[in-house]
Amino acid sequence: MSATSPTDALSYYSQPIIKEPVWEADIPLYFFTGGLAGASDLLALGAQFSGNRRLRTSALAAATFGTAVSPYFLIKDLGRPLRFLNMLRVVKITSPMSVGTWIFSAESATTSVAAACRLFGVFPRVRAMAQVLAGLIGPAQATYTGALVAQSVVPAWHEARRELPLLFASSAAASAGAAAAILTPVEQAAPARRLGIIGGATELATSKLMEKRLGKLIGSVYHEGEAGKYSRFATASTLAGTALMAVAGKRRVGAVAAGALLLTGSLCERFAVYHAGKQSARDPHHTSIPQKERGGRAVTQPSSRTGNGSSPSASTR
Amino acid sequence: MRPGDGVETYGGDAQPRLGFFTDTSVCIGCKACEVACKEWNLVPEDGLVWTGHSYDNTGELNANTWRHVAFIEQQAPDPIKQGNQDFRWLMESDVCKHCTHAGCLDVCPTGAIFRTEFGTVVIQDDVCNGCGYCVTACPFGVITKRELGGDGGMHKCTLCYDRLQDGMEPACAKACPTDSIQFGPLDELVERARERCGDLVEAGVSEARLYLADENDGIGGAGAFFLLLDEPEVYGLPPQPVVPTKNLGTIWGAAAAAAGALAIGVAAAFLGGDR
Repeated sequence: MSATSPTDALSYYSQPIIKEPVWEADIPLYFFTGGLAGASDLLALGAQFSGNRRLRTSALAAATFGTAVSPYFLIKDLGRPLRFLNMLRVVKITSPMSVGTWIFSAESATTSVAAACRLFGVFPRVRAMAQVLAGLIGPAQATYTGALVAQSVVPAWHEARRELPLLFASSAAASAGAAAAILTPVEQAAPARRLGIIGGATELATSKLMEKRLGKLIGSVYHEGEAGKYSRFATASTLAGTALMAVAGKRRVGAVAAGALLLTGSLCERFAVYHAGKQSARDPHHTSIPQKERGGRAVTQPSSRTGNGSSPSASTR
Repeated sequence: MRPGDGVETYGGDAQPRLGFFTDTSVCIGCKACEVACKEWNLVPEDGLVWTGHSYDNTGELNANTWRHVAFIEQQAPDPIKQGNQDFRWLMESDVCKHCTHAGCLDVCPTGAIFRTEFGTVVIQDDVCNGCGYCVTACPFGVITKRELGGDGGMHKCTLCYDRLQDGMEPACAKACPTDSIQFGPLDELVERARERCGDLVEAGVSEARLYLADENDGIGGAGAFFLLLDEPEVYGLPPQPVVPTKNLGTIWGAAAAAAGALAIGVAAAFLGGDR
């Protein structure tokens, strides 16, 4: 239970009201690798347009790595992994996981085709088209996961619904910039360095904004337990990576060190959000107190004469 | 009460909405509902533990418990047994709420969770792939993953869909010896519940209140609603549950804005050359 929860608030033996998400560490790993892939595809498209072939190859390599490993995490976390394809039975706008499965499938397909054509040096027009499509789908891949966790009753996620997609997008940008900066000679890596800096700075600002908007009660999860540890480490790592990329990114050693810090920060930020959700789900007061403050019509006290629902009695306050 | 989301797709095959009214003021905590549910639905045994929480050794609703009786011991005068000692025992048989706007159904990415012709919400076990998204979308913490025997799927109350199709009442309601669990067409139940609650208040039980009986609450009203004698949180229930889908527009809007910001960020990264 959160240290900031009032001890006199009502609960059933301090047991949670909602259930803790059943997702394991595969899910933040998927968020990270999927985000890396999505933002890298967009970076590769930018490099293609600007004629920076070396950077394009690096970004495409990072995107290929991301799309190759992310399905492993995604499918492994299913209770029944062999039924992954059941996701493709339906398209549901109310389920960001359903929409995301289609985004992810399209991105995987286009990135794989672009990478295979490049590797074997065949079908240049197919490769170009696949690369453009992957680049256009990339931003959706990098942000839908923020919408996915926000579309839930988990207080630390749902109450951060305005910030989470931007947090995930900026974290993805930082990781894509970092990976490309590591893989590309410094003479051609300036756009990657800039993306790492823009992403890192936005990630830091958005995570602080999110914590602030969550308020004292729910925001406290980012200062406690596992979420607190990952959050502090992510902030330190991203801050150091962003600064180092700005001052020493033009030197090979600096670029590699800054890139590693940014990647670590991005990964830990996803773990911080993941644990924050779990922690806030465990605390019944994170669910009950904000609901009570908002009010509503869930509790009614009708009188037998009118038969109509009336406002709750004073005892519900 | 309005129909459950999606029931209109049944056209002429749609049936009157069926549900539960659980009147906790007459619950005696016998747990016959828990046993009847387990027996009828072949819900597996999931461990015998002592929780230390009064007579509640069941603990919670989850994949292996579709009816759960809560026990609360309070140092307060019993409003029903007037003249009794300064102590009252609250008991409540909890169950899936079969929400009008069901979060679990909205987020299910396989279509395993569906709305039946009776307006109830059911998981098709042969379709569910165990993704766990429904667990995060239920405002009441009803659904979990069944780990027993490597099952891996999500499970919850079906409101005895098989019995309903044969014109029978659900096992828990059938077994309840005090009619604390009442089953029937939802509109009739709501009317009966209002009358019962009004009678209790008139008789001096000012704590009596209905929970989830108003179609203007955050889930559009429930197919399983309750008469409670204290605040919902005392029973482990959320005081003002809201389906997360209510904010879907904001969520997708934020995602679209973030995707746009990412595109702008990448474009900006290419300003100023490659060196």
